[in-house]
Amino acid sequence: METVAPRRDYLNADYGVRSWLLTVDHKRIGLLYLGSITLFFFLGGLFALLIRLELLTPGPDLVSADTYNKLFTMHGLVMIFFFLVPSIPSVLGNFLIPMMIGARDLAFPRINLLSWYVFIVGALFTLFAMVTGGVDTGWTFYTPFSTMASNTNVIPTALGVFITGFSSILTGLNFIVTIHRMRAPGLTWFRLPLFVWAHYATSIIMILGTPVLAITILLVGLERAFHLGIFDPALGGDPLLFQHLFWFYSHPAVYIMILPSMGVISELITCFSRKRIFGYGFVAASSLAIALLGFLVWAHHMFVTGMSVYAALIFSFLSFAVAIPSAVKVFNWTATLYKGSVSFEAPMLYALGFIGLFTIGGLTGLFLATTGVDIHVTDTYFVVAHFHYIMVGGAIMGYLGGLHFWWPKISGRMYPETLAKVAALILFIGFNLTFFPQFVLGYLGMPRRYHVYPPEFQVLNVMSTAGASILGVGYLLPMLYMLWSLRYGALAGANPWRATGLEWTTPSPPPTENFPQTPVVTQEAYDYEEFPLQEVPVV
Amino acid sequence: MSSHAAAVTHQHQFDDAAQQYEASALGMWVFLVTEIMFFGGVFTAYVAYRSAYPEAFGHASNHLDLTWGGINTVVLIGSSLTMALAVHASQIGKRGTLVTCLLLTMLLGSVFLGIKAIEYADKFHHGLVPGPAFHYQGADAHQAELFFSLYFAMTGLHALHMIIGLGGLAVLVRQASRGRFSPAYHTPVELFGLYWHFVDIIWIFLFPLLYLVERHT
Repeated sequence: METVAPRRDYLNADYGVRSWLLTVDHKRIGLLYLGSITLFFFLGGLFALLIRLELLTPGPDLVSADTYNKLFTMHGLVMIFFFLVPSIPSVLGNFLIPMMIGARDLAFPRINLLSWYVFIVGALFTLFAMVTGGVDTGWTFYTPFSTMASNTNVIPTALGVFITGFSSILTGLNFIVTIHRMRAPGLTWFRLPLFVWAHYATSIIMILGTPVLAITILLVGLERAFHLGIFDPALGGDPLLFQHLFWFYSHPAVYIMILPSMGVISELITCFSRKRIFGYGFVAASSLAIALLGFLVWAHHMFVTGMSVYAALIFSFLSFAVAIPSAVKVFNWTATLYKGSVSFEAPMLYALGFIGLFTIGGLTGLFLATTGVDIHVTDTYFVVAHFHYIMVGGAIMGYLGGLHFWWPKISGRMYPETLAKVAALILFIGFNLTFFPQFVLGYLGMPRRYHVYPPEFQVLNVMSTAGASILGVGYLLPMLYMLWSLRYGALAGANPWRATGLEWTTPSPPPTENFPQTPVVTQEAYDYEEFPLQEVPVV
Repeated sequence: MSSHAAAVTHQHQFDDAAQQYEASALGMWVFLVTEIMFFGGVFTAYVAYRSAYPEAFGHASNHLDLTWGGINTVVLIGSSLTMALAVHASQIGKRGTLVTCLLLTMLLGSVFLGIKAIEYADKFHHGLVPGPAFHYQGADAHQAELFFSLYFAMTGLHALHMIIGLGGLAVLVRQASRGRFSPAYHTPVELFGLYWHFVDIIWIFLFPLLYLVERHT
């Protein structure tokens, strides 16, 4: 290895724990998030592993019914609130949005650091609740079970989720202001990378939805502590009001998880097809359309609650309408591939995997939006399979694809390409083996959230558990080889993918101030036709 | 921290003071949007139960004291006036007036909370606090309890915002008396003004909804 005097970058600008814990650099905060959510991902994965092991056999052998209830509750809580919701926005969004728009930092760097601390405090509350006995309400906290019946740690868990919500709100606020006010000269709205558009739409959901979750969770906590009666039928309260308020956030939250991933996919597809995106305006607008329509469909989680038939019809119709902007994205990505110079580097494998899995997840969503079918499969493994195709097959595939794509920028090193391709393949196979059988199980009538099942379902459950262990290997691999690459990976250079975008015009890893001087933008995003594939030596 | 009023500086991520101001103002407005959604949850619950139990809510609302509520409304609107005057004083650079107006706003805010405390004590005294001690003369005791649950949840959240506001005012008074603000830089006063008016507006909705609409005796 050559020994030249190291260039100053954001990683070696300062050393020591304090320089990390008190940093206001958006890139370092992104890495703080990366570390914390990776820990939570493996914790949530551990719960999933125990669930799948229990379901290997029809009988109750590994854990008791009570423990099983706690396991699926904590799996859901950890994966949703402490991994999926913050994943792409807080790690990649934090790192990349200022660089993509040619800014030195987010608009409010100290609020950005605060949001990480808020996240950690919320996480500690939830961890405390888990260590001291766990919680068994399901991640949905349905009343009146959560307020009157459950004798587990509902309040500390709810408090943890409440607090973490503010981290999400602050991140969304920061992104919106940054995207409005901090764009480099010449970077008009329609020259923005689609990753930025996707995060703009996500931030709108974060600021409009999360406060409603906060007040709802607060009411559950108060109801449990002081018995207010707001969700208690005995006092004239209505448990369904809880479900309406809860899903008003928690359905849009699905789009908080998937929209950033869609933003990543737009970047990957264009770069590895060497083509401008097909229908830029439509892809950008579809993010906003998904965000806005997403707020109007929440009651499709409640078709079996005895709600009005007419309301159900409208919510069913609106849920179908969400398919339109989603399909716009999928069709435009595939149209971008058409006649492109497609190459299959690891990030592209994730992107292609995303398109296939998201399509299956999205189409089965239409089954569930159909009220008649929904009644047949409500609370079965069909629903479980559907949302795992969106969240794991969609959101996590996009997250890993993005992490690979920008890893050279983040770390300055390349990951081992062959190993990464193998990992992407393992993940794709493992994922489908885990969750496709669950569609069948659900259709055949296996209900979710039980630790026992009739013996005729065993074959499909064994397949699912086998798939989960393959999936586990697939997740461990990137973590190991990325850590390895930090020291032994080949030096990346400023732009290893020959990608467009301002973040690739600055060295890897970038200096603390991102750009020596504020860049001026004169071109649309994704101008790959004009962009040489071979690196032009910098004089 | 620069204590010299003339030195208009901006943080490193901004190109100039104007960009910093625009970003801060937009940030405050976005924050207020999140606050509207936050209160929106309890307002939704209120609307749902008010329309489900109009009679019971009408009877229960009669237990709220119109006089105290009315006085408090005037006090709070008065505090919005002094806050607006404070913003104006900071724009034209009158340090003394600014400090006085901020202190007046604090005073009126505290009077509001004091009166609220009297009202809460009165409810406590008459057994109108939801829970095991709830004691209500009337046919729809359960639904009345629901009304008082919402009453305490809504006015309690509002009062919490007032208390946070008083803390913010204390910081502003300290900074203003040290000459931190000038006609060129008074963003914190202006943005805090937005917050204070927002908290006011919440009360402007709470007062008629809880105290005035369809009272039955």
